[in-house]
Amino acid sequence: MTEKYIARSRAVAARILDAEMIIMSATDSTLFTLSEVATVIWQAADGRTPLSQIVRQRVCAEFDVCLDDAYRDAEAFAEDLAGHGILRISDRPILDETSGPRVHL
Amino acid sequence: MQNLNQKALRLGVPLSVHLDVTYRCNERCEHCYLEHDDRGEMTTAEIRALLQQLEEAGVFFLTLSGGEPLVRRDCFDIIEYARSLQFNVKLKTNAVLIREREARLLRSLGVEQVQISVYSHRSEVHDSITRLPGSLRRTLEGVRLLREHGLKVSVANVLMKSNSADSEGVRAMAGELGAHYMLDPTITPMIDGRTVVLQYRAAPRELASVFHNSQLVGNVEEFCAPPAPVDDDILDGLPCSAGHTACYISPYGDLYPCVQFPLACGNVRRERFLDIWRDSPQLREVRSIRGKDLDTCSSCSHLGTCSRCPGLAFMESNMRGPSSADCEKSFVRTGIPSAQMMAPASTVRPSALRTLVQIQFTT
Repeated sequence: MTEKYIARSRAVAARILDAEMIIMSATDSTLFTLSEVATVIWQAADGRTPLSQIVRQRVCAEFDVCLDDAYRDAEAFAEDLAGHGILRISDRPILDETSGPRVHL
Repeated sequence: MQNLNQKALRLGVPLSVHLDVTYRCNERCEHCYLEHDDRGEMTTAEIRALLQQLEEAGVFFLTLSGGEPLVRRDCFDIIEYARSLQFNVKLKTNAVLIREREARLLRSLGVEQVQISVYSHRSEVHDSITRLPGSLRRTLEGVRLLREHGLKVSVANVLMKSNSADSEGVRAMAGELGAHYMLDPTITPMIDGRTVVLQYRAAPRELASVFHNSQLVGNVEEFCAPPAPVDDDILDGLPCSAGHTACYISPYGDLYPCVQFPLACGNVRRERFLDIWRDSPQLREVRSIRGKDLDTCSSCSHLGTCSRCPGLAFMESNMRGPSSADCEKSFVRTGIPSAQMMAPASTVRPSALRTLVQIQFTT
């Protein structure tokens, strides 16, 4: 299995509301509401931690789900968000795309 | 979005905050509701601390405005910090100070939208309203640069006597620039309550012309349709989001329910934002009001569709009363007088009577 890495885009707004993450893309203004499980994955998407590790250490540890199913769902979730430009997926660590915006004034 | 608002309402979360970072401005628009002197704006550090508090309170939508926000030297520091806290940032500006560098920065910071005031497609009209020669040219250059960098731009066209013939021209120009167009027919009294700027409001005849123009309002039949019967949902409904899921903070830290609703609820320099938001007696009063509690308006057929602004009502007389400007709009739109217009003359306030006389004269 090829390892996958996921990183949050800087071009989004995000806030937790009642345990669910709301995200809006600055690119197309689409509003997403993430479930509790998806919120955990989103928060762990630092570009450095492999998706398999996120699923094993965060999702399976906090929710009663089987590892294979959880990984499959996490992959689909990541690809869906990547399709909207609010998450980046790579087979290598992503070191330039996490946390808030950075500019050189 | 409706679900998000409902959830925020249920949880008591201030989903949207409008923060004016300065009242200073490089234009002197004739209808502006602000005084532009600096009476001691919040410092960069104070605003950063406030933004942290807003994040902790769950604020998601942050509108940064003024005055002209870009006259603050630290404006981009403020925006950058707000974006690092993952607010959805909308910037309201006249774009006069936006050049290549500013457009690039706004894009790289992930600002969601920039709203820009344009009064006319003709410089002689726009510049005479802003009282800044060359302002239309510079504003449009700003719009063009922002669009080139892929930012969403909304052109806000405030309708007044002096530009009422220009709405279609501004809409067409916005379209050519790839900007969204929005028409705002509201001139508000000055934030200190003075009404001198109301002389610039468009007259009913001019409002009617705009409200019956499909290029500007879409489906005229739908827009101008008589109001649906008032039911219990409308009577139990909230007048607007001000004080419920939204509020306004001035450059001096004063917190109001809305920028158009200058009811002082507290000051974030002296109290924590959340303490004011949760415990202010003024906000509690605003939140207690339902459609059925409104004086006169509760018996008005327009209650469910009127654009009634509780802030304008507050400035006119009281927050539970009618707003004459909105009565006028409902009447001009549908041809059906509001309950306030039908009230016996002795109970109609002088300002409302003036509106009534004006409408009768022009129709």
